[in-house]
Amino acid sequence: MTETASMFRPAADGFGSPRSPEPAIEVSDVSLRFETRDGPVHALSHVQLKVARGEFVSFIGPSGCGKTTLLRAVADLETPTLGDIRVEGMSAEEARLKRRYGYVFQAPALYPWRTVARNIALPLEIMGFAKPEREARVKKGLELVNLGGFGNKFPWQLSGGMQQRASIARALSFDPDILLMDEPFGALDEIVRDMLNQQLLRLWEVTGKTVLFVTHSIPEAVFLSTHIVVMSPRPGRITDIIACNFPRDRQLEIRETPEFLAIANRVRHGLRAGHSYDG
Amino acid sequence: MKSLLPITTVVLAVLAIWYVAAATLNADLQRDAYANAGRTDYSTAELIVDSLNMERPKLPGPHQVASEMVKSIVVISPTSKRSLVYHGLITLEETLIGFAIGAALGIGLAVVIVSVRWLDRSLTPWLIASQTVPIIALAPMIVVILNQFDITGVAPKAAIAAYLSFFPITVGMVKGLRAPDPLQLDLMRTYSASQSQTFLKLRAPMSAPYFFASMKIGAAAALVGAIVAEVTKSEDGGLGARLLAGSYYGQTVQIWAALFAAAALSAVLVGIVGLVGRIAEHRMGFVR
Amino acid sequence: MIDRRLADLVPPFLLGLVFLAAWELVVRAANVPAIILPAPSAIAARFVVSVPTLAADFWQTIKGVLAGYVLGCGSGLVVAILVDRSDFLRRGLLPFGNLVSALPIVGIAPIMVMWFGFDWPSKAAVVVVMTFFPMLVNTVAGLESASSMERDLMKTYAATDWQTLTALRLPAALPFVFNALKVNTTLAMIGAIVAEFFGTPIVGMGFRISTEVGHLGIDMVWATILVAALTGSAFYGLVAAIERRVTFWHASFRRREA
Repeated sequence: MTETASMFRPAADGFGSPRSPEPAIEVSDVSLRFETRDGPVHALSHVQLKVARGEFVSFIGPSGCGKTTLLRAVADLETPTLGDIRVEGMSAEEARLKRRYGYVFQAPALYPWRTVARNIALPLEIMGFAKPEREARVKKGLELVNLGGFGNKFPWQLSGGMQQRASIARALSFDPDILLMDEPFGALDEIVRDMLNQQLLRLWEVTGKTVLFVTHSIPEAVFLSTHIVVMSPRPGRITDIIACNFPRDRQLEIRETPEFLAIANRVRHGLRAGHSYDG
Repeated sequence: MKSLLPITTVVLAVLAIWYVAAATLNADLQRDAYANAGRTDYSTAELIVDSLNMERPKLPGPHQVASEMVKSIVVISPTSKRSLVYHGLITLEETLIGFAIGAALGIGLAVVIVSVRWLDRSLTPWLIASQTVPIIALAPMIVVILNQFDITGVAPKAAIAAYLSFFPITVGMVKGLRAPDPLQLDLMRTYSASQSQTFLKLRAPMSAPYFFASMKIGAAAALVGAIVAEVTKSEDGGLGARLLAGSYYGQTVQIWAALFAAAALSAVLVGIVGLVGRIAEHRMGFVR
Repeated sequence: MIDRRLADLVPPFLLGLVFLAAWELVVRAANVPAIILPAPSAIAARFVVSVPTLAADFWQTIKGVLAGYVLGCGSGLVVAILVDRSDFLRRGLLPFGNLVSALPIVGIAPIMVMWFGFDWPSKAAVVVVMTFFPMLVNTVAGLESASSMERDLMKTYAATDWQTLTALRLPAALPFVFNALKVNTTLAMIGAIVAEFFGTPIVGMGFRISTEVGHLGIDMVWATILVAALTGSAFYGLVAAIERRVTFWHASFRRREA
C-alpha cells in the first residue's frame, strides 16, 4: 500500500513557481485515518504537496479519494494523524486563528435569518470590523459576484446559483490570501456552472488569490486550474499532478481546443488508473 | 450506554439537592418542635438528622419517601386501602380502559378525516384548536354529569382518560396518515389503486412512526386524566385520591409516595409503548 | 391570499354553527335538564350575566399562568444554554428531562399549595415546574440543530464559543424554542386550573368549576370553560403570531418571492 503511494508520490519540490520564496501551502507526508464502526478508514496516505502563491489548484478524484478531507485538513477542520501542514508558513491551526483563508462549502450554508448583505457581513462582524468598513466591504462583495441590488433579500428568496455566489462573496469579504472551495458548484446545473466558472476565473485574475478547488468535473478542473491534482481512493492519495498553462483570460471556447482535450484526457486516464472497480 | 455515567451523576445531584432543600425547608419546623418540647441543647447535626425524619415535614427526605413506598407497596397487603398497589391498580385500570377507548376513537376519527374531504376541511381546524384549550377543565363536570346517569366507579374516570388521550392521538394520526408525499401518492395513482388500497399499502404503513409517537403522548395524557378525575371524585380511591387525602391531612410523605408511584406508572406505560414502537419500527424498516 | 385564508375559515365556521344549532335543538326537543346539559343559549345568557365574576376568576388564574409561564420558560431557556456548555451534563440531563416531561406533574399541585399558600403563587409554582422541562429539552435539542457545515463555517472564522452561540446556534434554536413556548401555553393553563382544584381563595377558574359543579350550576361551569378555552386559544395564538414574526425565515413560514 505504501509502495503504491510512494510510486506516485510527486517530486518533493512540487510545482511552485520559482519566484516565490515560500509556498502558500505545504503539505508534508500527511496521513489521516478515521476510526469508524467498520474499522479504520485511510482517508489520506502520505500526501505530499506544495502550492505556490497565486496558483489555482484543482483536486479531482472519485468519492472517497480524500480530496475534501485534504481541503478540510488545510483548513484545520480535520487534524492529520501524521505529517505536517504549513499554510503561509504557519501551522494550519495558526492560519485558521489568523483567518488567512476563506472557505466555500458544497452548499451555500447561508443563515436563513440574515439577509444576503448581513450574511456577507457575518465574518466581518465576528472579526470585529467597524460598521462603516463592513458596509463598504459588503457593497464591494455584492458587486464582485454580480449581486448588487440583492443585499436586502433573504437567501431563500434567491436561486441556488445566486446563493452560492453570495457565499463566495462572504468568503472573500475579509480579503483572505487563500480561498478553499469544496465542490462549490456541484449542486448547480451545467449552464449556471459555466457562468460561475467564468466569474470565478475573473475573480481569481483580479484578486490574485491562491485557490484550492475540489471538484469531480474534469472540464471544470481543466478550465479553471493552473495545476490539477488527481487523487485515488483506498487509501486516499495523490496519483498525478498535471500542469495546465492556459492564459489567465481564457474563455469557455478553449474547451474545444486540442490542448484542452489532451489535458482532459490525461486527467481521465489518471482517474481510471487509480480507480478500482472491485469496491 | 455511554450515557450511564452522566445520567447517574445527574440523578445523584438531584438527590443531593433534594436532601439540602429538605434539611433547609424543615429546619424551622424542627426548631419549633424543639422549642415546644422545651429543648435547647440540640447540636446542628442533630437538627439536620431530625429535620430529615419528621413525621409531617414540608419536604420529606428521599429516604422517607422510599421507605413509605416500600411500606405501602410491599409490606401492606394490596387489598388494604393504605396500599399504593391497591390505588395504583385502580388508576391503572381507569387509564388502560380510557386509553384503549381514546386510541380507538382517535384513530377512527383520523381515518375518517383523511378519507372524507369536507370533514377534513371543517373539522381539522377545530381539532387543532382543541390542542390549545385546557380541556382538562371539563373533567369535574363530566364526572358529575355521568353521575346523573348513575354511571359511577371506573367509568367516569376512564371517560376522562379517554377524552384526554383522544385529541393528541387524533391530531398525531391525521398527520401520520398524511405523511406520504405527493410523489408516492402519484405512484399509487399510476397503478390506479383504489382508496382502500392506497390506505392499506401506503398511508397506514407510513403512519407507523406517528402512530407510536401519538400512542406515547396518549398514554401519558390518559394517566393525567385518570389522576385528575380521581381528585374530583376521590371516594373510589386511586393515586389521585391518595394525593388529595394526603393534602387534606398534611401527610406530605404520603403525597410524595403517591406522586412517585404515579410517575413510575407513567414511565412504565410510556416505556412499554415506546419499546413496542421501537421494535415495530425496526422491523418495518424505519431506520432510527 | 387573504381571500384564500378567509375561504379556509368558512367550512370550520359552518360546522361550528351546525354543531351549536344541533346542541340547542336536541336540548330543547328532548327537554334535557339543565343540570346535565344546558343549551348554548342558556350558557350564553349565564355568561352575559356573570361577566364580573368570570372576569375576576380570569384575572386570578391568569396571574398564576403568566408568572409561572415566564419563570418556567425563562429558567428552562437559561439552564439549557448553561447545560449546553457541557457535553456530560447534556447527556445526563436530557434523558432525565425527557422522562420528567412525560410525568403527571400536575400531581405536585397539593404540595405547592402547602408550600406557597392558597393564592396565585402556588399556581405559578406548579406552572413553573410544568413548563420548565419542555423548554429545557426543546432548547437543548434546538442548540444542537445547526448543521455541521454551518458550525464548520464559524470555525473557519475562528469564532469564539460565544460568537457561535449568538450568531448561529441561538437563532437556529428559535423554532424549537417557539415550539416549547406554544406547548407550554396549554400546559400553563392546565397547571393553573388543576392546581386551583386543590385549594384557592374563593376566586379563580378552577375554583369556579369545582364549586359550581358541587352546586350543580352546570351553566356557570360551561361559561367558565368557555372563558378558559378562549384564554387558552388567545394565549396560543399570541405566541404563534410572535413566532411568525420572529422566525419568518424558517421553512414552515417562508414564501419565495416571484
